Amino acid sequence: MRRVAVLSTGLTKVDKQWRKSIKELYGDAARLAIKDVKIPQIDALIVGNMCASDLSDQNNIGALIADYIGIAPSTAYRIEAACGSGGAAVLGAYLAVASGMYDFVMTGGVEKLTDGVGGNTTHSLGKAADAEFELFYGSSFVSLNAMLMNHYMHHYHISREDFADFAVLMHKNGSRNPYAQLPFPITRETVINSDMISDPISLYDCAPVGDGAASLILCPLEDAPKYSDSYVEITGIAGATDTINLSSREDLLTLKSTVSAAEKAYKMAKVSPRDIDVAEIHDTFTITGVLSLEDLGFCEKGKFHKTLANGGFEPGGSISINPSGGLKSRGHPVGATGAYQVAEIAMQLTNKADKWQIPDAEIGLAQNIGGSGSSTYVTILRRSR
Amino acid sequence: MMSVPRYWREIPERTRFEGARCTACGNTLFPPRMKCPKCGSEALEKYKLPQKGKLMTYTIVRSPPKGFEKMTPYVLGMVKLDDGTIVTVQITDVQPNQVSIGMQVESVFRKISEDGESGIIEYALKFRPIF
Ligand SMILES: [Zn+2]
Repeated sequence: MRRVAVLSTGLTKVDKQWRKSIKELYGDAARLAIKDVKIPQIDALIVGNMCASDLSDQNNIGALIADYIGIAPSTAYRIEAACGSGGAAVLGAYLAVASGMYDFVMTGGVEKLTDGVGGNTTHSLGKAADAEFELFYGSSFVSLNAMLMNHYMHHYHISREDFADFAVLMHKNGSRNPYAQLPFPITRETVINSDMISDPISLYDCAPVGDGAASLILCPLEDAPKYSDSYVEITGIAGATDTINLSSREDLLTLKSTVSAAEKAYKMAKVSPRDIDVAEIHDTFTITGVLSLEDLGFCEKGKFHKTLANGGFEPGGSISINPSGGLKSRGHPVGATGAYQVAEIAMQLTNKADKWQIPDAEIGLAQNIGGSGSSTYVTILRRSR
Repeated sequence: MMSVPRYWREIPERTRFEGARCTACGNTLFPPRMKCPKCGSEALEKYKLPQKGKLMTYTIVRSPPKGFEKMTPYVLGMVKLDDGTIVTVQITDVQPNQVSIGMQVESVFRKISEDGESGIIEYALKFRPIF
């Protein structure tokens, strides 16, 4: 296996991008990723996306995008793992380069949630769960996570206010990020007083609905210096699964797929959770963020509020969590989110994050979840010097 | 919308609560799978889940998925059955603000949804409090 570098990245602002179609949106990100690197060709495009077939009436978006951005006849295809599609696409691209099959692979993700009308978007997102044994009974993505949050609050005696503080930190971080969909600070009261969606999850416990695209170019590490002086190495990467049904889990409050993917990625990168300087974690809801913190090994179970209160997750703390603002404030363009996270970590490690830059970060981690923890992708990046 | 065969296929699970039990380690599976996730055995037998249990966690759905608008707000819960198997179901016959974690519940046959005026009506088990 060859060592693999992230050569360059390109992001669009996460937003309601009414004027852009799915191919144009990805094209904007791809243009930025290609701009500064003079590579001879792109051998393959592996793109993450969840909802195009439901919301844009479009399958086969690999070919659609390859045609639009002008890389045909190179192979191009979409990878779908619900909200984990972006992370899955990066893993696919990593394998393609590491194996020696391809030298230059473009990966990333794109999502056009605003192409959905009426309840179609909610309906499409819900399909991350088990259609026959969860959705059939009237559950949705938010209500399944609400049951988790209620269980957590009851089990650890944690209040909605404690969860609200996580959202407050996300918005504080996101207010510095020019790519963020909701770049403004909020207070505890903003969260507590926002509309109840599915008790105890209220509107400000949730990531917003938006469009976005992220693009990354991967190549062999040894060739990277020829094309760029600011690349990073992917030193650890892994995916893992858990039961698609929440109710089939032995321990509802452990994301086993995250534990398992993180274990493998840490081992491959030869690091431990303590070595991570900056992480982009998957906080679809505040509860998802909290379980992720615990299962990645960044805090003890049931104690996140203590680390939050002493600033341990902020820039300058023991680990900087979601300097982008996370899904909560940067936004959650579902099938692109995992690609945003990896790109954001790469930007942090190469000092390209402007106002949201974390000083002196050397090792970073991206964790991307599909469904309510049924899939997780963990990617560890290291600054190349 | 759901096709008739798709609804018909899951009738044993949805209306009779048929899952599977591992004859090697005793683990119960709902829904059934090819192998026991605990011990890996393929020696699974058909097994009818208990009809009673305790509410482990729940939520009050205020923003429903398509097709559930008429019954909103409604309660969705995870019930730990008397044998330890956990199932995701609707909690019925009770006001949402009367529901609490730990309450004893039992299964009851109810309508889940209907596919418009001429489509099929979908039934399955819901759970109601035992008073
Ligand atoms: Zn077994």
